[in-house]
Amino acid sequence: MKSRKPKLAVWKFASCDGCQLTILDCEDEFLKLASEIEIAYFPEATKKVVKGPYDLSLVEGSITTPHDAKRIQEVRNASKYLVTIGACATSGGIQALRNFQNVAQFASIVYARPDYIQTLEKSTPISANVKVDFELQGCPISKHQILEVISAFLNHRKPQIPAHSVCMECKAKGVVCVMVAKGIPCLGPITHAGCGALCPAYNRGCYGCYGPKETPNIPSLMRWWEGELGVKRQDSVRVLRTFNSAAKPFEEASTQMEKEGA
Amino acid sequence: METAILSRENFGALFESLNKLGYSIVGPTIKDGAIIYDRLQEVSDLPIGWTDEQTAGKYRLERRTDEALFGYNVGPHSWKKYLFPPRRRLWKANRDGKTLKIETESLPEEKLAFLGVRACEIQAILVQDKVFQGGTHKDPYYQTQRARLIVIAANCTEAGGTCFCVSMKTGPRCTKGFDLVITEILEASRHEFVLEAGTPTGQELLAHLPVRAATPQEEQRVDEGVANAARQMGRHLDTSGIKELLQRNYEHPRWREVAQRCLTCANCTIVCPTCFCSTVEDTSDLTGDHAERWRNWDSCFTMDFSHVHGGSVRSSPLSRYRQWMTHKLASWHDQFDTSGCVGCGRCITWCPVGIDITEETNAIRKSES
Repeated sequence: MKSRKPKLAVWKFASCDGCQLTILDCEDEFLKLASEIEIAYFPEATKKVVKGPYDLSLVEGSITTPHDAKRIQEVRNASKYLVTIGACATSGGIQALRNFQNVAQFASIVYARPDYIQTLEKSTPISANVKVDFELQGCPISKHQILEVISAFLNHRKPQIPAHSVCMECKAKGVVCVMVAKGIPCLGPITHAGCGALCPAYNRGCYGCYGPKETPNIPSLMRWWEGELGVKRQDSVRVLRTFNSAAKPFEEASTQMEKEGA
Repeated sequence: METAILSRENFGALFESLNKLGYSIVGPTIKDGAIIYDRLQEVSDLPIGWTDEQTAGKYRLERRTDEALFGYNVGPHSWKKYLFPPRRRLWKANRDGKTLKIETESLPEEKLAFLGVRACEIQAILVQDKVFQGGTHKDPYYQTQRARLIVIAANCTEAGGTCFCVSMKTGPRCTKGFDLVITEILEASRHEFVLEAGTPTGQELLAHLPVRAATPQEEQRVDEGVANAARQMGRHLDTSGIKELLQRNYEHPRWREVAQRCLTCANCTIVCPTCFCSTVEDTSDLTGDHAERWRNWDSCFTMDFSHVHGGSVRSSPLSRYRQWMTHKLASWHDQFDTSGCVGCGRCITWCPVGIDITEETNAIRKSES
């Protein structure tokens, strides 16, 4: 006889909702999910709200406002197990581009009444604010991987989310290396697996949507790009400043490269 | 050994005969800007008139001035993907109330013909034979597919920019491990193949083909062709005392230098035709009533690979590169009584930042002299 169903909550912070949509995209599996877990809080999917505490919280988005900085503490307190999903929640997201500039200046240009805007100087990942039990990288996350994380949680086991390079996914699929065979700059060797080598399989270089892999050697790859593939310094800095710009290894490398100049 | 001549016009008969004998043919074909190994239906699937330019971290397809069928060097794929698949389910289990039912996976039934296997690649298969079926614990999948295999080799008459089979004494001539070996002869007015059978299976295949006996001059063309390839080796590795050389240099400063370049991306291990490491992954579905065990290619360049209680044993990129290279060239001898390197050059060409195993070894050797 099964005990009560675990309660799931899905929270949104500063984000585009793409990762929440990935959960809804699970379709058939989503129905199975709903039968195994009580969807207690998921405004993107249902108006019904069941009070906490929650057994599993999935958190999308980064912390960009004083209000959210407070709210994430409440989410943490209401959650037994907290998993962050997506580039925003795990690294600060595209909105972390502000971290490299002055946010007050941005606000003064963008908004008619910047004094109405209450925003933090930096966009930070959830892990910079509260304790996180597991981080699932990706912009957006993969449907397969989120189901794996939830299945692992429900069955009390470790999720199978390898932290190695995208290259290993390319090679396992038999995809020919676009960098070696065509000279296309590719972030695959420093990027976390999970997408199934989507872009290289369609003849494009990896854009690093899944953020840094374990022990990434960014300076070496960028030396090769600039020395052998003719990539300009400003472009190699910019390619590290997309969805995962504030992921520590990307941030450190792009800042160092900018400092060094062309 | 009987030597025969098959004309270019009749080369299709090889495909037909293999099919008639019940083999599916896999071999070289062009895809995504490289010559890879895939299913072949007919002769025109071969990379006719194409070759490749290879150097450290760079591969380019080039048009040849002739219509050679085997005028290229080894590409990013190796035959290991057919004997040791990148991903394979080992078993699945279903729970029904209190009963648990385990279903094992079926073994391959298809007979495969590997067409165009180079001498270095034959050696790689022989090395993997030792790994997967040489010891006490044999891999049933490997063993089954290996037994349902016919190896049609091709002697190299030209070498690539990262080739060093001569240094590793594995080629360019195929001397063992094949059922039939082909040497392509291509001149302005003549396009033929010299065929030699290496096993009774190869003999049987040869008997199906519209061939004529080769003349001594034609047999000599085989010698000339492989001698030409031997002269063209793009790389050289001095293997004298290589095991001792590397094993007494674990703390050499060169490891620090290469670690500055190494991406730990694992490409070298995955393209290597002898690398055999895998990991086992257990998964379950949402209900927990269905579980599966998978075996996936793994690499000594990942952190998980050496993860034991408390963390990864080889956390530094230096230790991971050193592990790979010293295993391949040195401790492989202790473990399998052979080198783990066959001199195919794939790890050099397909390293995204062009790290060259011959250059790294030579640098350590040079520092001692």
